[in-house]
Amino acid sequence: MSLTAADIQEIMRLIEASDFDELILETAGTKLVLRRGAAVAAAPVSVAVPAVAPSAAPAQAAVVVAASAPVESHSSADGTAVESPMLGTFYRAPKPGAAAFVEVGTAVEADTVIGIVEVMKLMNTVRAGVRGTVTALVAVDGALVEYGETLIRVAVAE
Amino acid sequence: MAIRRVFVANRGEIAARIIRTCRALGIETVLAVSAADRDSVPARLADRAVCVGPARSTDSYLLVNTLVHAALATGCDAVHPGYGFLSERAPFARACEQAGLVFIGPTPEQIDAVGDKLRARSEAVAADVPVVPGATVDTVQDAVEAAARIGTPLLVKAVGGGGGRGMKRVDVLADVAQAVELASAEAAAAFGDARVYLERYVSRGRHVELQVLGDGRGGVIHLGERDCSVQRRYQKLIEETPAVGLSPQLLAQLREAGVRFAQRLSYRGAGTVEFLVDTERDCFYFLEMNARIQVEHPVTEAVTGVDLVAEQIAIAEGQGLRLRQQDVLFNGHAIECRINAEDPLRDFAPSPGRVRSAQWAEGFGVRVDTHIQDGSMVPPFYDSLMGKIIAHGADRASAIAQLQQALADTQIDGVATNIRFHQRVLADAEFQSGGIDTGYVGRLGPLT
Repeated sequence: MSLTAADIQEIMRLIEASDFDELILETAGTKLVLRRGAAVAAAPVSVAVPAVAPSAAPAQAAVVVAASAPVESHSSADGTAVESPMLGTFYRAPKPGAAAFVEVGTAVEADTVIGIVEVMKLMNTVRAGVRGTVTALVAVDGALVEYGETLIRVAVAE
Repeated sequence: MAIRRVFVANRGEIAARIIRTCRALGIETVLAVSAADRDSVPARLADRAVCVGPARSTDSYLLVNTLVHAALATGCDAVHPGYGFLSERAPFARACEQAGLVFIGPTPEQIDAVGDKLRARSEAVAADVPVVPGATVDTVQDAVEAAARIGTPLLVKAVGGGGGRGMKRVDVLADVAQAVELASAEAAAAFGDARVYLERYVSRGRHVELQVLGDGRGGVIHLGERDCSVQRRYQKLIEETPAVGLSPQLLAQLREAGVRFAQRLSYRGAGTVEFLVDTERDCFYFLEMNARIQVEHPVTEAVTGVDLVAEQIAIAEGQGLRLRQQDVLFNGHAIECRINAEDPLRDFAPSPGRVRSAQWAEGFGVRVDTHIQDGSMVPPFYDSLMGKIIAHGADRASAIAQLQQALADTQIDGVATNIRFHQRVLADAEFQSGGIDTGYVGRLGPLT
């Protein structure tokens, strides 16, 4: 079975009228993922990244969609705070010695990964959630961050 | 091993309670808070509070890995789980152990052993602790024989039933055969399963529980019983110690049975063995064991002078039992009222919200365990317990009098509380005469 453009438009219309925020449809050779609203882009997606913790990387599900809702952004003079969606250890880079995900001046989209929050060896990627330019790196690499703690600041593009 | 920094994985009054004892012992504390509890009293009392997630407890206080991570990252060497939340979840105790954190509580195996009702019942039977007599029956003849052994009144229950469906009460043995035949036929029609069993029916029962401490190596002492029969829909509201009106013989047997049960498990830490006292037959049955500190532990502390949280910590440190049974002395009578943010005029509906002002009782013989002050929030996400008022007197009458005065002195504005309910009970002649059963609150009728 293959989907035509008309099929997809019809499905989108049905989703729009429903209570659901997300639809994942898999048929032979085709995978369709529809998400409603921009908030989903900021929702953290947990991925096992064994490279960061070489000592003990337990087998984890390849992709775990974290249940936590994105934390609201708070604006201030030097930009919008991107807050940690969970308590854990913050990492600025995908592995020790690698380039950081973002630096001051980096342009980010809502789905740009800005860091990792590790909870008991489970690596959760954190996305910017907003579009703009990084103005400040707040959370310290390798330090404990609490739920809702500011990780970076972003000057949001108009 | 001396514990130097404790991670408190709980909230509310029990978090404050644990932190206070830690401070007195010179132990630092790190408190897990949800986003709703950032400004709470325990968050201010703790040396440090870390926000582990949003308000919903499934996203904060119930996150095993997040809590263990937070405890490790903040340099804690032990975890106190309090009551509720993860306190009786074996995977949490196990995760703490595996991370090298001392779990201030029983072993994961002990939590499992008492968490499963059938398993706990079989442990009780093995420890020669009485359970509610019952029998599964295959034939009417079986039933008649079993009924004679169990005694009346008894219940005929459908094996496949539940929630009270398929039950028949039998008051005289002569009616057993007919009731079993009828119940069996009904059960076959309703549940597709004709099997029935018989269980002794307790028409007047008291909830009496025994506080125990175990060293984890088979050493167990008890710190007396608590009577928690003032319950509304299985929720305890008033607890006291000692339990009055029980024969000295029954009380001695109950205490021995509770100790025997904990010994069989080589129980470690503070725990409570709960019994149903059958006042008409003058005997008792094992209900369950709570593998944690109890809400009502302060009444035991009042009459024994033993800080149960400090003993929990000592046992977790491997100090074992610092008291022998003969060192535990009982002095006077203590009663506790649970002050909940519930409106007794609206069928005890929860009334969360901002507390405008909270004036708690003080004075001789009065203890208040609370996390509520002027301006505190009672969030809608958690239980409605605002605090506990405990009065200790030389005897029961003076404890009641002190508690009545303490309730009169307590003034909480901004949210509805159940204080008027407590005042009504404490002034009631039946309660004052002592030994009420668990049906008492239901018979009281609505507050006006």
